[in-house]
Amino acid sequence: MIVANRKPFEEIIEMVKPYSRILLLGCNECVTVCAVGGAKEVAVLASEVRLFRQKEGRPVEIKELTLERNCDLEYVETLKPIINDYDVVISMACGCGIQFVGENYRNKIILPAVNTSFEGVTEEHGVWTERCQGCGNCVLDKTLGICPVTRCAKSLFNGPCGGSQDGKCEVDKDIPCGWQLIVDRYKEMNMLEKYLEIQPAKDWSTSRDGGPRKRIREDLKI
Amino acid sequence: MRLSYPTNIKIMKVPCTGRVDIIHVLKAFENGADGVYLVGCLEGDCHFLTGNLRAKKRVEYVKKLLDETGIGGERVAMYNLSAAEGQRFAGVAREMTEKIRALGPNPVKKQWSSNQVANPAKAGLEPSNP
Repeated sequence: MIVANRKPFEEIIEMVKPYSRILLLGCNECVTVCAVGGAKEVAVLASEVRLFRQKEGRPVEIKELTLERNCDLEYVETLKPIINDYDVVISMACGCGIQFVGENYRNKIILPAVNTSFEGVTEEHGVWTERCQGCGNCVLDKTLGICPVTRCAKSLFNGPCGGSQDGKCEVDKDIPCGWQLIVDRYKEMNMLEKYLEIQPAKDWSTSRDGGPRKRIREDLKI
Repeated sequence: MRLSYPTNIKIMKVPCTGRVDIIHVLKAFENGADGVYLVGCLEGDCHFLTGNLRAKKRVEYVKKLLDETGIGGERVAMYNLSAAEGQRFAGVAREMTEKIRALGPNPVKKQWSSNQVANPAKAGLEPSNP
């Protein structure tokens, strides 16, 4: 899932300063699961903004709405009948959703209420950690399911480096060394000989280096 | 016991303080409450094991939100007492009332009453017989 963090309240309140009719948009997908932009978080932010503005003596009207997905035209289109009733849209969806709503309603200003952070998992209730950087050329078969691109701070392919100490990364003592995890996994599976294979330089052309990426499946196009 | 406690307190019953969400507290302030406090069971005595501990964390979180919005996190509190502590319940009610009275009215209510209500006493926003 895409994991985000809510922007500081001061930043949000500064962004909406000029506006008095706000559409506050949430998303039922990833940002709901990582508890940053679902219906609950939309309600809390709306309440905070109302309280702040009421106290300032500049009351604000907020429409709270959570779409099934903000990255799908099917749902984004449903905003059509109401979006023009509002001065501005604050979106609690991920960066994709924020942009997609903006692309489809070009006369509207879309403001982000979250900082989209990473692709990750829910390690435990309330804890999310990064697992994938979407490099476009998966090597998890070689490393037994532990991603060296994401889990190693240097994205090394023949690690670990000298900064690995007691299984931890030199970047932060709370971050496990990705390559230590990989070696431990090789041992666990009795496949330590795989560790001896030297990995050639990775082809990064499928990653961000080539600009925004695109995927097309002709058979699905209507 | 026939104990008395301040009449300005409105009790909202919930099955467990673990049911209380951030939005419930914020809505209370939006609707003009001057303060909100949660009265949960003693720590370790929750029938649902951790309801009161969750409530405690949420109170801490909502305090931060209220500080950010300028309402003031000190208007929210959490108390833990057992069902046998009637005396303490009344004491807590008095303590909280005094604390909130010292802080003054909810700043949102002040704006709301002066902006939109011609006669706050009539609208039930201020005590009619102080």
